[in-house]
Amino acid sequence: MRDDFFRLWVYLSTTPLLGLTLTLVAYQIGLWLARRSSNHPLVNPVLVAMLVVAATLAATEVSYQQYFEGAQFVHFLLGTATVALGLPFYERLAELRASWRSLVSGLVCGSVAATATVYGLAKYLGVSEATARSLLPKSVTAPIAMGISEAIGGVPALSAVFAILTGVLGAATGKIVFDLLGIKSMMVRGFALGAQAHGIGTARAYLVSADAGAFAGLALGLHGLMASLVLPWVVRWIL
Amino acid sequence: MLNGFTGLLLLQLAGEGIARSLALPVPGPIIGFVLLLAVLRLRPRWTPSLKQAADGLLSHLSLLFIPAGVGVVMHLKAIREEGLAIAVALAVSTLVGLAVTAWVAERLGKREPAPEDEAARDA
Repeated sequence: MRDDFFRLWVYLSTTPLLGLTLTLVAYQIGLWLARRSSNHPLVNPVLVAMLVVAATLAATEVSYQQYFEGAQFVHFLLGTATVALGLPFYERLAELRASWRSLVSGLVCGSVAATATVYGLAKYLGVSEATARSLLPKSVTAPIAMGISEAIGGVPALSAVFAILTGVLGAATGKIVFDLLGIKSMMVRGFALGAQAHGIGTARAYLVSADAGAFAGLALGLHGLMASLVLPWVVRWIL
Repeated sequence: MLNGFTGLLLLQLAGEGIARSLALPVPGPIIGFVLLLAVLRLRPRWTPSLKQAADGLLSHLSLLFIPAGVGVVMHLKAIREEGLAIAVALAVSTLVGLAVTAWVAERLGKREPAPEDEAARDA
């Protein structure tokens, strides 16, 4: 009996089915908890699901590579979803035309403030130069962050880690910051979330409102474009 | 739904092709995002089916970040030595970034309709 189970497990743990199912089940758990807490920002479904999957992998000694065999089908759709962000954005072009100046100003100021803070603090706290440079593109979506990191002497894999951590942090704290500042506009709240917490912030914005999500998607794209064009030059001139 | 999804995949493919062949610093899907805007502009008729597919994907955007997120949890060991410093730097800069972005956008947005206020933006 035990032997049979073991053989079955060995088979299942090597098929993509396991990783795929685990991802979806963990997501359902995350969503369920988020709903139970009436979408409290700290109960972020991505964060919950990440921890559920990581704990399951650790407990069952399945490697990340094995897990990814199945999870890659979900991961792949990130690119398609990025394209899809164009649609809600297109539907709100009129609103954008009216307020693009203030939004882009916010994006530039926020980006400069966050980048300067992260590098300054990291150096002040004694982080090595390569790691500090890897922190610079942390507010842009992970695939762009990796490209920038390579261009500015960082470690691309670390930058991806920092980008995702920033996304989770931003998605979890955005509401608190906006409420403290008394910002009610869903457009501004979504835009700031997308600008600073990129994809995970955008996913959070979509949980709250379609308007916030659309502007978050726009901010994510704009920040990615801007950072990939500007950061390599800034680093070359300043650092 | 399937029409729309095929359309999104085609745009992603085109974006990827453009990004690779021109060696652009921007990933293919972001180019696909721009291409989608152009398609919607030129062929408004295609909007409903593309919208259906896009809404389906975007309503579960959180799901798509899980595999990468798990990878991060597995990588945390690599930064353990500098962990505390990195955590502080990330947390503080994220709060600062969120606050500055939202505050500036909100403040300037309030006076946006008046074009003569443009000079004030530089202040």
